[in-house]
Amino acid sequence: MSAVDDPSIVIVGASLAGLRGAEALRDSGYTGPLTIVGDEPYRPYDRPPLSKHVLAGDLRAEATELPQLTAVRAQWRLGQAAVALDRAGRTIRLADDTVLPYRSLLVTTGARARPFPGAGAGLPGVHTIRGRDDAAALRSALAEKPRRVLIVGGGLIGCEAASCCRDLGLSVTLVDPNPTPLARVLGMLVGNSVAVRMKDAGVSFRPHTHVKAFESRNGKVARARLEDGGEIEADLVIVALGAERDARWLAKAGLLADGGGLTCDAACRAMTGEGAPDPHIYAAGDIARWPNPLFGDRLRTVEHWGNAVEQARHAARNMLAGRDDQKAYAHLPAFWSSQFDVNIKAIGSTEGADKIAIVHGSRTSGRFLAVYGRAGRTVAAVSFDEARWLPAYESQIACGAPFPPILDATDQAPIDHFSPGFPAPRLASESADTTERESIHA
Amino acid sequence: MPDDTLFSEVLDPRNRADPYPIYKKLREVPVSRQRDGAYVVSTHAAIRALLFDPRLSSEDLPPSRRPRTGNPLRDWILNPIKNRIATSHRPLIFRDPPDHDTLREFVMKEFTIHRVNGLHGRVGSLVDDLIERCRGRDEVCLVEDLSYPLPVAVICDLLGVPEKDEPQFQKWATQLATALEPDARHDEASRHATVAAFDEISSYMRKLIRRKRRHPADDMLSGLAKPGREGNPSMGDIDLISTAILLLVAGHETTVNLITNGMLTLLRHPDELKKLKADPERAPRLIEELLRYEPPVHFRTRKALGDIKIEGTTIPKGAPVILLFAAGGRDPARFSNPNRFFPDREDNQHFGFGGGLHYCVGAPLARIEAEVALVALCRRLVEPELMADPPPYRSGASLRGPESLGIRISGINR
Repeated sequence: MSAVDDPSIVIVGASLAGLRGAEALRDSGYTGPLTIVGDEPYRPYDRPPLSKHVLAGDLRAEATELPQLTAVRAQWRLGQAAVALDRAGRTIRLADDTVLPYRSLLVTTGARARPFPGAGAGLPGVHTIRGRDDAAALRSALAEKPRRVLIVGGGLIGCEAASCCRDLGLSVTLVDPNPTPLARVLGMLVGNSVAVRMKDAGVSFRPHTHVKAFESRNGKVARARLEDGGEIEADLVIVALGAERDARWLAKAGLLADGGGLTCDAACRAMTGEGAPDPHIYAAGDIARWPNPLFGDRLRTVEHWGNAVEQARHAARNMLAGRDDQKAYAHLPAFWSSQFDVNIKAIGSTEGADKIAIVHGSRTSGRFLAVYGRAGRTVAAVSFDEARWLPAYESQIACGAPFPPILDATDQAPIDHFSPGFPAPRLASESADTTERESIHA
Repeated sequence: MPDDTLFSEVLDPRNRADPYPIYKKLREVPVSRQRDGAYVVSTHAAIRALLFDPRLSSEDLPPSRRPRTGNPLRDWILNPIKNRIATSHRPLIFRDPPDHDTLREFVMKEFTIHRVNGLHGRVGSLVDDLIERCRGRDEVCLVEDLSYPLPVAVICDLLGVPEKDEPQFQKWATQLATALEPDARHDEASRHATVAAFDEISSYMRKLIRRKRRHPADDMLSGLAKPGREGNPSMGDIDLISTAILLLVAGHETTVNLITNGMLTLLRHPDELKKLKADPERAPRLIEELLRYEPPVHFRTRKALGDIKIEGTTIPKGAPVILLFAAGGRDPARFSNPNRFFPDREDNQHFGFGGGLHYCVGAPLARIEAEVALVALCRRLVEPELMADPPPYRSGASLRGPESLGIRISGINR
């Protein structure tokens, strides 16, 4: 029996990837039954606005629900997490003990905010931003005009939240263990440009700072205790330490899965502990760790909006294709972020980059295009309000052009190379998740 | 062995009426080297990629295309303005960043959608007048009667050129447009005429700008000429003159072509003409399709600042690069049934206004002019019929359009 005639496909994860995957199945002519399982009580919604427009109060959290581009005609099982997988029997079990049989399974469960590891993480006034409820709760807390906001973590989410809070006129301190914000994502050279903008916007940025615990007064968070014994007063805390995955139910079923993702083969099929793909289980989006040919087949997750969409469509295509027609998935990551009146756009992967060059504009003007090199090849480009040439650099990155890739360009000063200034990788014991630097977004 | 003389066939006036079969042959090699060392880019994907490549420069046209008398010293003595425009104050269409960006920003601040939409009524009454003048005749010469006079009148209105000077402007615009034609090997007389037109319009504009400074009105030239605020300098005089001339030249013949090509296409597709007459709401989509199917500008030339590897070819540093927009618009890899005129087409990403950095500044205005003119022509001309198909074309291969378009009519509706 061919996959196209399968009686039931189950998608676990009522997310952007889950929805786009479902639409792709229908667009490709799949007419059989389709079930979509989600642990939250909501239909799939869009996350990028949560740390921007929703916090700013410009958009209600409920208004982020994604439209169906194609009628998916699915049976929705919302508010029920999948808790167990029986690969031999091809069933999954939900939190309410419902058992769903599947002929083909698509895992799009995404990631969740990494909780603060120290004491006081659960105190009232300590927030994270990942889901709709998180954003709604944080928005109402911000509307109460807290006196001092503390943001822990200078990644993309932490920086966007800091920008929003300043726009709301709140007093903001942002702490990060690195010397600059966005150090893990973009390196310290570019991160320094963000630090300058933060300072101009009135954010108090505290580099080299580790928070040990949150302390309370009257049952509510009152201050952060630092590793060096110091303290920072705050009546509202936003923890933005990146993402991790809940993959225990997958690992228990014998799949190669941990907090860093579910390992897949090139065709998005989940890998088993025996080293072979399970032909009935596919994954897409933040959860999927796969050998991306554009990174020399290194196993990577890509936690960006565009990948969720593309990979889900690709996985759906392979789900309906025959075993001998499984196509490999290649993806050039890309994200955007708006913060401190700058539009940041990035293409490629800065991971392991050892060189950087400013190829258009200048850091002093605040508008520039930076290109990253790794072992002599161009691997990423980042624009600060200077995106017009980005498409040209994108094709250079995709083909692994020598670094720097485009010389003799218009409006190009002589190019100097610098070190991008990435912090030393964290030890495995510090974090099981190596992809925090690629934290959600766009 | 790919034919490296195809582009000279494009330039050959005998192929003006239907260059599309040559474009098809050119697309077989997306980036093809011509015998003279120029590289012709003819597929949609390759044109798109190069429009967003910073190694393509719009500066430094081959010297032969600069207006000149032949004697640099005499040039300078006779006309310092022209000389300075030709060297350090060239219009933004021939400039690269960062200068291009500064100039364009000035223009965009004045070329607002508000100002453009405000011209809608004026375009409507101009079109009505021009059609009304044809009453009592049994044929309309579209170019002479409408396509030609309309855009100049609109640009004069936009810039704030007094109505009495319009006929003079018509003449200058016509002459200067020949200088934009990179393929024309102008004869000596024509080149002198261009230089003379350039001189005349430069000194005219200089006086007009002075007048606008003294008596500012609600027009674009007054806006561009007004003194800047501190730390925010306004445009210098020479740049202003150069920009005003550019707006005149770039906005004139292109719009003439858009309207004339539009009517020609509608007369060749009577069903579409009928549909537009019944439902003027179809105009916006129809005009987008027109910009793909019969664009007013067929190609633009750039220069490679470095070696560019694309589609299996390396364009060497310094080579002229011809972006053949009209061939990209007929690329079957991008558009299904590319040779069919189909206004209901989805996802119509044409190069009718170019693309990237130099995307047409006047696009919204051109759309309004074409829309108003074509809808009025369809509504008011009774039983219009083409008198000659194909019509005679002007010699230009880049700014391509009919020289005249005779339409037999049996009356004019109110």
